[in-house]
Amino acid sequence: MSKQKTERLLSLVVCLLSARRYLTAGQIRDAVPGYPEAFDAFKRMFERDKDELRELGIPLETGTNAGADEEVGYRIPRQAYELPEIRLEPDEAAVLGLAARVWRQAELAGAAAGALLKLRAAGIDAEETTQPGIEPRLQTEEAAFAPLWQAVRDRRPVTFGYQAAGRTVPQRRKLEPWGVVNRHGRWYVAGFDQDRGQERVFRLSRIDGPVSFTGPPGSVAVPAGTDVHNLVQAWDGAPPSVRTAVLRIRQGAGFGLRRRASADRPGPDGWDLVEAPFSDAGWYADYIASFGADVVVIEPVDLREAVIRRLKGALA
Amino acid sequence: MSRGSSRGSGRAGGSGRAGGSGRAGRSGTATDRLQRLLALVPYVVSREVVGLAETAAAFEITENELVDDLNMLWCVELRSPDPYCPIDLSYEGGEIMVSQAESMDRPLRLGTDEASALLIGLRMLAELPGPQDRSALRRTIAKLEAAAGDAATASAQVAVHMDGRAPLDVQAQVAEAMRRGRRLHLSYYVPGRDEATERDVDPMRLLLLEGRTYLEAWCRRAEAVRLFRLDRVLALTLLDVAAEVPGEAKHVDVDSGLFRPSASDVRVELELSRAGHWVSHYYPCEQVSDLGDGRLKVVLRTPDTGWVRRLALRLGEDGKVTAPEGLVREIEDEATAALAQYA
Repeated sequence: MSKQKTERLLSLVVCLLSARRYLTAGQIRDAVPGYPEAFDAFKRMFERDKDELRELGIPLETGTNAGADEEVGYRIPRQAYELPEIRLEPDEAAVLGLAARVWRQAELAGAAAGALLKLRAAGIDAEETTQPGIEPRLQTEEAAFAPLWQAVRDRRPVTFGYQAAGRTVPQRRKLEPWGVVNRHGRWYVAGFDQDRGQERVFRLSRIDGPVSFTGPPGSVAVPAGTDVHNLVQAWDGAPPSVRTAVLRIRQGAGFGLRRRASADRPGPDGWDLVEAPFSDAGWYADYIASFGADVVVIEPVDLREAVIRRLKGALA
Repeated sequence: MSRGSSRGSGRAGGSGRAGGSGRAGRSGTATDRLQRLLALVPYVVSREVVGLAETAAAFEITENELVDDLNMLWCVELRSPDPYCPIDLSYEGGEIMVSQAESMDRPLRLGTDEASALLIGLRMLAELPGPQDRSALRRTIAKLEAAAGDAATASAQVAVHMDGRAPLDVQAQVAEAMRRGRRLHLSYYVPGRDEATERDVDPMRLLLLEGRTYLEAWCRRAEAVRLFRLDRVLALTLLDVAAEVPGEAKHVDVDSGLFRPSASDVRVELELSRAGHWVSHYYPCEQVSDLGDGRLKVVLRTPDTGWVRRLALRLGEDGKVTAPEGLVREIEDEATAALAQYA
C-alpha cells in the first residue's frame, strides 16, 4: 500500500536525519514502524527503501561508529542533505519562474517544477505568473534527448543508430558524449566517437531507434577546456569557400534572394541582374528552385544545372 | 488533536487522484509524495505561519490532500530507543504552524536534473536580447550555483544558442520599443508570398521558440495579434507614438504549438522519398504513414498553400504533392514555366 510505504520512508528519513551516530539495520528496524519482523523480509524491504531514497538524491551514508563493534550502520548527514541557505531578492525570485517555464512541454519540466518546490520550501516566493517581456521555450521532441542528457549527466558512453545526411542506411555509432547543445532550435550531441577515434557531432533528430548505455556512470572523461558549443558551431557553421552566383530575377520578385545580394542592377525587359554569394550549391539550388519562374541562374554552370535538375524532378 | 486517532484513518483523498503529470507537486507514487512531505515542513517553517489555501496552491494539491499530508507528518513516530514524535504542527483556523520540526526544517538539496533545469533556463534568458533584467539573472545564477554545489556542474555540459540570425540592431530596437512602450513600423518579409510588407505594430512580448526569436505584437494592419520572426524584419523604425495594445488582444498560447491548424485549412498530401524525410520533422504534420521502400506519405493543413508550392519546387524529385489537385497543377505549371527559361 502506497500510503504505508510513504509513512515508512518518511519515518526512515526522519530517523536517519536525527541520528547522531550510524544506526545499524537492527536499530533502524526497531525504531521505524512498518518493517516486517522477519529479518530476511526486513532486509529486502530495507534495501529497496535505501535505493529509493538514493534515487531521490537523499545522501544516505554508510559507515561504522568509531570505537564501536564492526557492524555497518547508516545515517543521513544533515549538511549533505540540506539545501544551503539561499536568499533571493524579489527581482531574482521573479526570473526563477521564467527560467522554469523554459522547459514547459519539454524533458526537464518535472525537474524544473521540483526545483521550484524546494526553493519555495526554502522560503523563496518564486512567482509563476506571466510577466510581460520575454517567453523562451526549449523543445525536446527528439526521443534521444532524455537518454543522451542522462549519459552526459552521468558520464556514460552510448551507442545508437545514426542516419547521416546522404546515406541510405543508418549506421551504428559509439560515442563518449561530452555535452548536448541546442543551436537554432535543434539538439546536437558532441563527444568522442570511439570507432573513428575523433570528436564528432551528431544531430539528435537523425538518431534512429533507441540510445543504449555501453558503460557505467563516471566512465567518460570530458577533456579539460572542452567547449561543446564551439564544437557544434564549427560542425554546423558555414563552409569557408564562398562563390558568387549571377541571377536574373523578375522585378518585384525574389525578395529572399535579393536580401543577401552583393549587387542588384535593373536589366532589360522587367528583369534585374543580381549577384549573390553562396557556399553550399545544393542548398542554394533548392532555394532558387523554390522561386520557380521568377529566377533564372546565369552562372555558375553547376548551380544552373542543379536548379534545372530540381525543376525537372518536380515534373517527374 | 490526538495522535492515535488519525493514524491509519485511511482518508481516500490521496489515492483517487490522477498522477503522472510529471510535476513534483502532484503525482501519485510513494516517493513523489515523500518529496512533497519533505518540502512541506520547511515551507511552513520558513514562513512561520501560512494559510492552508495558499500552501495547497503552492504545492498544486487540494486542501484535503494537504490536510492528509499534515496528518501524516504529525503522526510520524519513532519507537526506539524511546517512543518519540519528532514533528509537531497544527492547522487550526486554516493557519499552519510547525512547532517542532526536528531535523526536517530545511529542504533537500537540489538534484542534478533540478539544478540543471533552472540553470540552463536562467543562462538562456541571460543571453537573450530583450527587456528582461540581466543583472537579476546574473545574481540569481550565482546564488543558485552556490546553493546547488556539485549538482550545478552537469548543467555546464548543456549549451543553448538561440537565434544568431536575427540582426542585433533589430533585436536591440525591438527591446528598446518594449522598454519605452512605443509603436514600431516594420518592413517585414513574408516568404510564403516572397514579398516585403509594411505595417505598424504595438509590441507585446518576445517569444523564443525552436531557436528563433519572434515579436508578438498587435498588428494594426491585420487588427489582430501576429508573430513576426525577427530574422525576417527587413527594416524597422521606432515611432514617436505610444503602443496601444487593445484589451481584446490575447497572447499566443505558445505551449500548444505555434502552428495550429484550423478546420478551414487546406489539406495537403505529400509523398516523400528518403532524401525528403526531413519535411516530416520540419513541419507539423497531421499524419505520417510509411509507404514502404523508404517512402513516406504526410498530410498537413495550412491556410496558405503558397509555401507548399515553393517547398515542392525545392524538393524536386525528393517529394511530390499529390493533393489537392489544383495545387498539383499549379506546381507543374510553375516548374514548366521555369524550365522554359533555361531552354
